[in-house]
Amino acid sequence: MTEQTPLRKSSLISDQEAENITRVEELAYEIKVQEVMTPNPITMTASVKMQEVLEQFRVARISGAPIVEEGRLIGIISIEDLIRCLIQSDLQAEIQKYMTHNPFTVKGDDPVVEALKMFVSTKVGRLPVVNKEGQLIGILTKGDITRGLLKALQQDYQTEEVRRYRASHLFEDIESERTSLILRYNIKAGDFTHGGEASSKIKRALSRMGASPQIARRCGIATYEAEMNLIIHTTEGGVIRVEIEPHQISIDVYDSGPGIKDVELAMKPGYSTASEKVRELGFGAGMGLVNISRCVDIMKLESVWGKGTRLRMKIFLKKEDTVGEGHAAKS
Amino acid sequence: MKLSEIVQKLNGKVLNSKINLEIEVNGAGAADLMSDVLASIQPQAVLLTGLCNPQVVRTAMMADVLAIVLVRSKMPPVETVQLAENESIPLISTPYGMFEACGILYEAGLNCLERPVSDQDCFAS
Repeated sequence: MTEQTPLRKSSLISDQEAENITRVEELAYEIKVQEVMTPNPITMTASVKMQEVLEQFRVARISGAPIVEEGRLIGIISIEDLIRCLIQSDLQAEIQKYMTHNPFTVKGDDPVVEALKMFVSTKVGRLPVVNKEGQLIGILTKGDITRGLLKALQQDYQTEEVRRYRASHLFEDIESERTSLILRYNIKAGDFTHGGEASSKIKRALSRMGASPQIARRCGIATYEAEMNLIIHTTEGGVIRVEIEPHQISIDVYDSGPGIKDVELAMKPGYSTASEKVRELGFGAGMGLVNISRCVDIMKLESVWGKGTRLRMKIFLKKEDTVGEGHAAKS
Repeated sequence: MKLSEIVQKLNGKVLNSKINLEIEVNGAGAADLMSDVLASIQPQAVLLTGLCNPQVVRTAMMADVLAIVLVRSKMPPVETVQLAENESIPLISTPYGMFEACGILYEAGLNCLERPVSDQDCFAS
Protein backbone atom coordinates (compact mmCIF):
# COMPACT_ATOMS: atom_id res chain seq x y z
CA MET A 1 0.00 0.00 0.00
CA THR A 2 1.30 3.42 -0.82
CA GLU A 3 0.60 6.28 1.52
CA GLN A 4 1.08 9.92 0.73
CA THR A 5 0.34 11.29 4.15
CA PRO A 6 3.32 12.24 6.30
CA LEU A 7 5.04 9.38 8.05
CA ARG A 8 3.75 8.73 11.50
CA LYS A 9 5.00 6.03 13.79
CA SER A 10 2.64 3.33 12.64
CA SER A 11 0.74 2.02 15.60
CA LEU A 12 -1.69 -0.73 14.95
CA ILE A 13 -5.00 -1.19 16.56
CA SER A 14 -4.33 -3.93 19.03
CA ASP A 15 -6.64 -6.79 19.87
CA GLN A 16 -8.88 -5.02 22.31
CA GLU A 17 -8.87 -1.40 21.32
CA ALA A 18 -10.95 -1.57 18.22
CA GLU A 19 -13.12 1.23 19.49
CA ASN A 20 -12.26 4.21 17.36
CA ILE A 21 -13.25 6.80 19.94
CA THR A 22 -10.24 6.08 22.11
CA ARG A 23 -8.09 5.90 19.01
CA VAL A 24 -9.05 9.47 18.14
CA GLU A 25 -7.73 10.57 21.50
CA GLU A 26 -4.49 8.71 20.90
CA LEU A 27 -4.17 10.25 17.46
CA ALA A 28 -4.58 13.72 18.95
CA TYR A 29 -1.33 13.05 20.78
CA GLU A 30 0.45 11.44 17.83
CA ILE A 31 -0.38 13.78 14.99
CA LYS A 32 1.49 17.06 14.70
CA VAL A 33 -0.19 20.37 13.98
CA GLN A 34 1.78 20.80 10.75
CA GLU A 35 0.30 17.57 9.39
CA VAL A 36 -3.27 18.88 9.51
CA MET A 37 -2.90 22.69 9.14
CA THR A 38 -3.53 24.62 5.94
CA PRO A 39 -0.04 25.55 4.74
CA ASN A 40 0.85 28.83 3.04
CA PRO A 41 -2.28 30.76 3.99
CA ILE A 42 -3.22 34.08 2.42
CA THR A 43 -1.47 36.79 4.44
CA MET A 44 -1.77 40.57 4.53
CA THR A 45 0.27 43.46 5.83
CA ALA A 46 -0.78 45.87 8.56
CA SER A 47 -1.03 48.90 6.27
CA VAL A 48 -3.58 47.38 3.89
CA LYS A 49 -7.03 49.01 3.91
CA MET A 50 -10.01 47.18 5.43
CA GLN A 51 -11.77 47.56 2.04
CA GLU A 52 -9.11 45.22 0.65
CA VAL A 53 -9.70 42.73 3.49
CA LEU A 54 -13.38 42.63 2.55
CA GLU A 55 -12.48 41.91 -1.08
CA GLN A 56 -9.92 39.22 -0.21
CA PHE A 57 -12.26 37.44 2.17
CA ARG A 58 -15.02 37.47 -0.42
CA VAL A 59 -12.88 36.30 -3.34
CA ALA A 60 -10.89 33.64 -1.46
CA ARG A 61 -13.86 32.60 0.68
CA ILE A 62 -11.88 32.80 3.89
CA SER A 63 -12.88 34.17 7.26
CA GLY A 64 -9.51 35.22 8.65
CA ALA A 65 -5.92 35.95 7.69
CA PRO A 66 -2.61 36.35 9.52
CA ILE A 67 -0.89 39.73 9.30
CA VAL A 68 2.85 39.52 8.67
CA GLU A 69 5.75 41.92 8.57
CA GLU A 70 8.93 40.63 6.92
CA GLY A 71 7.80 37.02 7.37
CA ARG A 72 7.12 37.55 11.06
CA LEU A 73 3.61 37.18 12.43
CA ILE A 74 2.36 40.38 14.07
CA GLY A 75 -1.41 39.96 14.16
CA ILE A 76 -4.53 38.33 12.80
CA ILE A 77 -7.60 39.77 11.14
CA SER A 78 -10.89 37.89 11.23
CA ILE A 79 -14.38 38.30 9.88
CA GLU A 80 -15.49 39.49 13.33
CA ASP A 81 -13.00 42.39 13.06
CA LEU A 82 -14.36 43.15 9.61
CA ILE A 83 -17.92 43.29 10.96
CA ARG A 84 -16.86 45.75 13.69
CA CYS A 85 -15.29 47.87 10.97
CA LEU A 86 -18.41 47.70 8.80
CA ILE A 87 -20.59 48.84 11.72
CA GLN A 88 -18.35 51.91 12.00
CA SER A 89 -18.44 52.37 8.18
CA ASP A 90 -14.68 52.57 8.45
CA LEU A 91 -13.50 50.55 5.42
CA GLN A 92 -10.80 53.12 4.62
CA ALA A 93 -9.00 52.38 7.91
CA GLU A 94 -5.84 50.26 7.87
CA ILE A 95 -5.82 46.70 9.14
CA GLN A 96 -3.72 47.56 12.19
CA LYS A 97 -6.65 49.48 13.65
CA TYR A 98 -8.88 46.41 13.79
CA MET A 99 -6.54 43.39 13.87
CA THR A 100 -5.71 41.41 16.99
CA HIS A 101 -2.11 42.16 17.91
CA ASN A 102 0.20 39.37 19.12
CA PRO A 103 -2.31 36.59 18.56
CA PHE A 104 -2.14 33.17 20.21
CA THR A 105 -0.08 30.76 18.12
CA VAL A 106 0.76 27.06 18.02
CA LYS A 107 4.00 25.45 16.93
CA GLY A 108 4.07 23.20 13.89
CA ASP A 109 5.58 20.29 15.79
CA ASP A 110 3.16 20.52 18.71
CA PRO A 111 0.76 17.59 18.95
CA VAL A 112 -2.77 18.36 17.82
CA VAL A 113 -4.01 17.98 21.39
CA GLU A 114 -2.12 21.16 22.36
CA ALA A 115 -3.98 23.11 19.71
CA LEU A 116 -7.27 21.62 20.89
CA LYS A 117 -6.55 22.77 24.43
CA MET A 118 -5.76 26.25 23.15
CA PHE A 119 -9.00 26.43 21.15
CA VAL A 120 -10.88 25.58 24.32
CA SER A 121 -9.05 28.02 26.60
CA THR A 122 -8.86 31.00 24.21
CA LYS A 123 -12.14 30.51 22.32
CA VAL A 124 -10.47 31.75 19.11
CA GLY A 125 -11.64 30.37 15.76
CA ARG A 126 -8.25 29.96 14.14
CA LEU A 127 -4.65 29.72 15.24
CA PRO A 128 -1.64 30.83 13.21
CA VAL A 129 1.02 28.09 13.10
CA VAL A 130 4.66 29.10 13.49
CA ASN A 131 7.97 27.25 13.29
CA LYS A 132 10.71 27.32 15.92
CA GLU A 133 11.97 30.68 14.61
CA GLY A 134 8.51 32.19 14.99
CA GLN A 135 7.88 32.39 11.24
CA LEU A 136 4.38 31.76 9.97
CA ILE A 137 4.02 28.37 8.27
CA GLY A 138 0.27 27.83 8.23
CA ILE A 139 -3.10 28.36 9.79
CA LEU A 140 -5.21 25.96 11.79
CA THR A 141 -8.96 25.73 12.39
CA LYS A 142 -10.95 23.14 14.32
CA GLY A 143 -12.20 21.93 10.94
CA ASP A 144 -8.61 21.20 9.87
CA ILE A 145 -8.15 19.07 12.99
CA THR A 146 -11.35 17.11 12.43
CA ARG A 147 -10.44 16.42 8.81
CA GLY A 148 -6.89 15.42 9.74
CA LEU A 149 -8.03 13.05 12.47
CA LEU A 150 -10.66 11.43 10.28
CA LYS A 151 -8.12 10.88 7.54
CA ALA A 152 -5.59 9.32 9.90
CA LEU A 153 -8.27 7.20 11.49
CA GLN A 154 -9.45 5.91 8.16
CA GLN A 155 -5.92 5.09 7.12
CA ASP A 156 -5.23 3.28 10.39
CA TYR A 157 -8.42 1.37 10.14
CA GLN A 158 -7.87 0.40 6.54
CA THR A 159 -4.32 -0.82 7.15
CA GLU A 160 -5.39 -3.09 9.98
CA GLU A 161 -8.58 -4.12 8.18
CA VAL A 162 -6.65 -5.11 5.07
CA ARG A 163 -4.20 -7.08 7.22
CA ARG A 164 -6.99 -8.80 9.05
CA TYR A 165 -8.95 -9.46 5.89
CA ARG A 166 -5.99 -10.97 4.09
CA ALA A 167 -4.95 -13.10 7.05
CA SER A 168 -8.43 -14.26 7.93
CA HIS A 169 -9.01 -15.54 4.40
CA LEU A 170 -5.56 -17.03 3.98
CA PHE A 171 -6.64 -20.62 3.46
CA GLU A 172 -9.77 -20.01 1.46
CA ASP A 173 -8.37 -19.96 -2.06
CA ILE A 174 -5.70 -22.57 -1.58
CA GLU A 175 -6.63 -26.08 -2.50
CA SER A 176 -4.80 -29.03 -1.05
CA GLU A 177 -5.53 -32.15 0.94
CA ARG A 178 -4.26 -30.39 4.00
CA THR A 179 -3.21 -26.74 4.10
CA SER A 180 -1.25 -25.21 6.94
CA LEU A 181 0.83 -22.20 7.81
CA ILE A 182 4.03 -22.68 9.78
CA LEU A 183 5.60 -20.00 11.96
CA ARG A 184 9.10 -20.53 13.36
CA TYR A 185 10.89 -18.57 16.04
CA ASN A 186 14.45 -19.10 17.32
CA ILE A 187 14.70 -18.39 21.03
CA LYS A 188 18.06 -17.55 22.61
CA ALA A 189 19.00 -18.95 26.01
CA GLY A 190 19.17 -16.32 28.73
CA ASP A 191 17.64 -13.60 26.55
CA PHE A 192 15.24 -12.23 29.13
CA THR A 193 14.99 -8.85 27.43
CA HIS A 194 13.19 -10.33 24.45
CA GLY A 195 11.35 -12.97 26.41
CA GLY A 196 7.78 -13.11 25.20
CA GLU A 197 8.36 -11.44 21.86
CA ALA A 198 7.71 -14.60 19.85
CA SER A 199 4.56 -15.35 21.83
CA SER A 200 3.28 -11.83 21.25
CA LYS A 201 3.78 -12.27 17.52
CA ILE A 202 2.06 -15.64 17.54
CA LYS A 203 -0.89 -14.24 19.46
CA ARG A 204 -1.19 -11.30 17.07
CA ALA A 205 -0.97 -13.56 14.02
CA LEU A 206 -3.77 -15.74 15.34
CA SER A 207 -5.98 -12.74 16.09
CA ARG A 208 -5.47 -11.48 12.57
CA MET A 209 -6.31 -14.86 11.16
CA GLY A 210 -9.65 -14.69 12.86
CA ALA A 211 -9.00 -16.66 16.05
CA SER A 212 -11.38 -15.85 18.89
CA PRO A 213 -9.91 -13.87 21.82
CA GLN A 214 -10.13 -17.00 23.99
CA ILE A 215 -8.16 -19.10 21.51
CA ALA A 216 -5.57 -16.35 20.99
CA ARG A 217 -5.20 -15.99 24.76
CA ARG A 218 -4.84 -19.72 25.42
CA CYS A 219 -2.28 -20.03 22.66
CA GLY A 220 -0.44 -16.92 23.85
CA ILE A 221 -0.15 -18.13 27.42
CA ALA A 222 0.97 -21.63 26.45
CA THR A 223 3.68 -20.41 24.06
CA TYR A 224 4.78 -17.69 26.49
CA GLU A 225 5.39 -20.21 29.29
CA ALA A 226 7.21 -22.47 26.84
CA GLU A 227 9.25 -19.55 25.48
CA MET A 228 10.31 -18.56 29.01
CA ASN A 229 11.28 -22.17 29.68
CA LEU A 230 13.61 -22.09 26.67
CA ILE A 231 15.16 -18.84 27.90
CA ILE A 232 15.49 -19.99 31.51
CA HIS A 233 16.50 -23.62 31.22
CA THR A 234 18.23 -24.41 27.92
CA THR A 235 21.94 -24.30 27.20
CA GLU A 236 21.67 -23.12 23.60
CA GLY A 237 18.12 -21.90 23.28
CA GLY A 238 15.55 -23.61 21.14
CA VAL A 239 12.82 -23.29 18.56
CA ILE A 240 9.11 -22.58 18.69
CA ARG A 241 7.25 -23.93 15.71
CA VAL A 242 3.58 -23.20 15.32
CA GLU A 243 1.56 -24.94 12.65
CA ILE A 244 -1.74 -23.27 12.01
CA GLU A 245 -4.46 -25.21 10.26
CA PRO A 246 -8.06 -24.07 9.98
CA HIS A 247 -9.25 -26.52 12.62
CA GLN A 248 -6.22 -26.86 14.89
CA ILE A 249 -3.06 -25.20 16.13
CA SER A 250 -0.06 -27.42 16.78
CA ILE A 251 2.77 -25.94 18.79
CA ASP A 252 6.12 -27.67 18.91
CA VAL A 253 8.83 -26.36 21.22
CA TYR A 254 12.19 -28.10 21.16
CA ASP A 255 15.75 -27.60 22.29
CA SER A 256 19.04 -29.44 22.33
CA GLY A 257 19.64 -29.61 26.02
CA PRO A 258 20.22 -30.09 28.82
CA GLY A 259 16.92 -31.98 29.05
CA ILE A 260 14.75 -32.79 32.03
CA LYS A 261 15.93 -35.42 34.49
CA ASP A 262 12.52 -36.44 35.75
CA VAL A 263 9.65 -35.47 33.46
CA GLU A 264 6.96 -36.68 35.87
CA LEU A 265 8.40 -34.56 38.67
CA ALA A 266 8.71 -31.53 36.36
CA MET A 267 4.99 -31.74 35.67
CA LYS A 268 4.14 -31.49 39.38
CA PRO A 269 2.74 -28.07 40.38
CA GLY A 270 5.30 -26.13 42.40
CA TYR A 271 8.32 -28.16 41.34
CA SER A 272 11.06 -25.94 39.95
CA THR A 273 14.77 -25.95 39.31
CA ALA A 274 14.93 -22.25 38.51
CA SER A 275 17.66 -20.03 39.95
CA GLU A 276 17.12 -17.18 42.38
CA LYS A 277 17.64 -14.68 39.55
CA VAL A 278 14.84 -16.23 37.53
CA ARG A 279 12.56 -16.23 40.56
CA GLU A 280 13.21 -12.53 41.03
CA LEU A 281 11.79 -12.03 37.56
CA GLY A 282 8.54 -13.58 38.72
CA PHE A 283 9.13 -16.95 37.08
CA GLY A 284 10.30 -20.31 38.25
CA ALA A 285 7.41 -20.99 40.61
CA GLY A 286 6.97 -24.42 39.09
CA MET A 287 3.66 -23.52 37.49
CA GLY A 288 4.73 -23.13 33.86
CA LEU A 289 3.99 -26.64 32.61
CA VAL A 290 0.84 -26.77 34.72
CA ASN A 291 -0.36 -23.54 33.14
CA ILE A 292 0.43 -24.87 29.69
CA SER A 293 -1.53 -28.06 30.27
CA ARG A 294 -4.52 -25.96 31.30
CA CYS A 295 -4.42 -23.93 28.07
CA VAL A 296 -4.06 -26.67 25.50
CA ASP A 297 -6.15 -29.69 24.55
CA ILE A 298 -3.27 -32.11 24.13
CA MET A 299 0.18 -31.82 25.63
CA LYS A 300 3.09 -34.18 25.31
CA LEU A 301 6.45 -33.66 27.00
CA GLU A 302 9.42 -35.80 26.06
CA SER A 303 12.92 -35.29 27.30
CA VAL A 304 16.19 -37.11 27.41
CA TRP A 305 18.73 -35.87 29.92
CA GLY A 306 21.79 -34.66 28.05
CA LYS A 307 19.97 -34.60 24.71
CA GLY A 308 17.10 -32.17 24.86
CA THR A 309 13.41 -31.61 25.36
CA ARG A 310 10.43 -31.59 23.05
CA LEU A 311 7.09 -30.18 24.12
CA ARG A 312 4.18 -30.75 21.77
CA MET A 313 0.84 -29.07 22.22
CA LYS A 314 -2.39 -28.95 20.29
CA ILE A 315 -5.40 -26.68 20.46
CA PHE A 316 -8.49 -27.79 18.57
CA LEU A 317 -10.83 -25.25 17.05
CA LYS A 318 -14.55 -25.67 16.82
CA LYS A 319 -16.13 -25.59 13.40
CA GLU A 320 -17.39 -22.02 13.83
CA ASP A 321 -14.02 -20.85 15.19
CA THR A 322 -11.68 -21.99 12.44
CA VAL A 323 -8.88 -19.64 11.43
CA GLY A 324 -7.94 -18.43 7.95
CA GLU A 325 -11.30 -19.36 6.48
CA GLY A 326 -13.00 -16.00 6.74
CA HIS A 327 -14.65 -16.35 10.14
CA ALA A 328 -14.48 -12.99 11.85
CA ALA A 329 -13.11 -13.01 15.39
CA LYS A 330 -15.96 -12.93 17.88
CA SER A 331 -15.47 -11.43 21.28
CA MET B 1 -14.69 2.40 37.16
CA LYS B 2 -12.59 4.44 34.75
CA LEU B 3 -8.84 3.88 34.69
CA SER B 4 -8.38 7.60 35.34
CA GLU B 5 -10.26 7.21 38.65
CA ILE B 6 -7.94 4.39 39.64
CA VAL B 7 -4.93 6.58 38.90
CA GLN B 8 -6.46 9.33 41.03
CA LYS B 9 -7.39 7.07 43.96
CA LEU B 10 -3.94 5.51 44.01
CA ASN B 11 -2.21 8.87 43.67
CA GLY B 12 -0.59 7.25 40.68
CA LYS B 13 1.93 8.45 38.15
CA VAL B 14 1.31 7.42 34.54
CA LEU B 15 4.59 6.36 32.94
CA ASN B 16 3.41 6.23 29.32
CA SER B 17 3.87 9.43 27.38
CA LYS B 18 0.53 9.12 25.65
CA ILE B 19 -2.18 6.81 26.75
CA ASN B 20 -5.92 6.90 27.03
CA LEU B 21 -7.06 6.71 30.66
CA GLU B 22 -10.76 7.04 29.92
CA ILE B 23 -11.30 3.33 29.56
CA GLU B 24 -13.66 1.28 31.66
CA VAL B 25 -12.04 -1.24 34.00
CA ASN B 26 -14.00 -4.28 35.14
CA GLY B 27 -11.85 -5.36 38.02
CA ALA B 28 -8.37 -6.09 39.27
CA GLY B 29 -5.98 -8.75 40.44
CA ALA B 30 -2.67 -8.68 42.28
CA ALA B 31 0.32 -11.00 41.95
CA ASP B 32 4.10 -11.02 41.85
CA LEU B 33 4.38 -14.40 40.25
CA MET B 34 3.95 -14.16 36.52
CA SER B 35 2.73 -17.74 36.30
CA ASP B 36 0.01 -16.83 38.79
CA VAL B 37 -1.02 -13.93 36.60
CA LEU B 38 -1.17 -16.21 33.57
CA ALA B 39 -3.11 -18.83 35.47
CA SER B 40 -5.59 -16.83 37.44
CA ILE B 41 -6.24 -13.34 36.16
CA GLN B 42 -9.26 -12.86 33.96
CA PRO B 43 -9.26 -10.75 30.79
CA GLN B 44 -9.59 -6.94 31.02
CA ALA B 45 -8.32 -6.66 34.58
CA VAL B 46 -5.90 -4.19 36.13
CA LEU B 47 -2.81 -5.95 37.43
CA LEU B 48 -1.20 -4.73 40.66
CA THR B 49 2.33 -6.01 41.04
CA GLY B 50 5.67 -5.37 42.67
CA LEU B 51 7.63 -6.64 39.68
CA CYS B 52 8.87 -4.15 37.13
CA ASN B 53 10.89 -6.01 34.51
CA PRO B 54 9.73 -6.11 30.86
CA GLN B 55 8.22 -9.56 31.44
CA VAL B 56 5.42 -7.88 33.36
CA VAL B 57 4.31 -6.15 30.16
CA ARG B 58 4.65 -9.33 28.11
CA THR B 59 2.67 -11.26 30.69
CA ALA B 60 0.01 -8.55 30.67
CA MET B 61 -0.28 -8.83 26.89
CA MET B 62 -0.68 -12.60 27.01
CA ALA B 63 -3.27 -12.48 29.76
CA ASP B 64 -5.21 -9.58 28.19
CA VAL B 65 -4.50 -7.34 31.16
CA LEU B 66 -5.85 -3.81 30.64
CA ALA B 67 -3.35 -1.84 32.74
CA ILE B 68 -0.40 -2.42 35.08
CA VAL B 69 -0.01 -0.73 38.48
CA LEU B 70 3.44 -0.92 40.08
CA VAL B 71 3.23 -0.63 43.86
CA ARG B 72 5.60 0.96 46.40
CA SER B 73 6.64 3.83 44.07
CA LYS B 74 8.64 1.42 41.96
CA MET B 75 10.28 2.96 38.93
CA PRO B 76 10.72 0.32 36.24
CA PRO B 77 13.75 0.10 33.92
CA VAL B 78 13.50 1.91 30.57
CA GLU B 79 12.99 -1.38 28.72
CA THR B 80 9.75 -1.94 30.60
CA VAL B 81 8.47 1.57 29.92
CA GLN B 82 9.46 1.32 26.26
CA LEU B 83 7.66 -1.98 25.81
CA ALA B 84 4.53 -0.66 27.53
CA GLU B 85 4.72 2.37 25.26
CA ASN B 86 5.06 0.27 22.09
CA GLU B 87 2.28 -2.08 23.06
CA SER B 88 0.02 0.70 24.37
CA ILE B 89 -0.42 -0.86 27.79
CA PRO B 90 -0.94 1.74 30.54
CA LEU B 91 1.84 1.60 33.15
CA ILE B 92 1.12 3.34 36.45
CA SER B 93 3.30 3.75 39.53
CA THR B 94 1.67 4.24 42.95
CA PRO B 95 3.33 5.18 46.26
CA TYR B 96 1.04 2.77 48.16
CA GLY B 97 2.16 -0.73 49.09
CA MET B 98 0.45 -3.76 47.62
CA PHE B 99 -1.85 -4.30 50.61
CA GLU B 100 -2.99 -0.71 50.82
CA ALA B 101 -3.38 -0.23 47.06
CA CYS B 102 -5.57 -3.33 46.84
CA GLY B 103 -7.56 -2.16 49.86
CA ILE B 104 -8.24 1.25 48.37
CA LEU B 105 -9.50 -0.19 45.10
CA TYR B 106 -11.52 -2.92 46.79
CA GLU B 107 -13.18 -0.38 49.06
CA ALA B 108 -13.95 1.80 46.04
CA GLY B 109 -15.98 -1.10 44.69
CA LEU B 110 -13.62 -2.62 42.13
CA ASN B 111 -14.36 -6.29 41.47
CA CYS B 112 -11.95 -9.14 41.94
CA LEU B 113 -10.86 -10.63 38.62
CA GLU B 114 -8.74 -13.40 40.06
CA ARG B 115 -10.08 -16.89 40.09
CA PRO B 116 -8.88 -19.76 42.18
CA VAL B 117 -6.33 -21.95 40.47
CA SER B 118 -7.56 -25.49 40.69
CA ASP B 119 -6.56 -28.57 38.77
CA GLN B 120 -9.72 -28.31 36.72
CA ASP B 121 -9.64 -26.86 33.25
CA CYS B 122 -10.33 -23.22 34.03
CA PHE B 123 -10.22 -22.05 30.48
CA ALA B 124 -13.53 -23.44 29.37
CA SER B 125 -15.58 -20.42 28.52
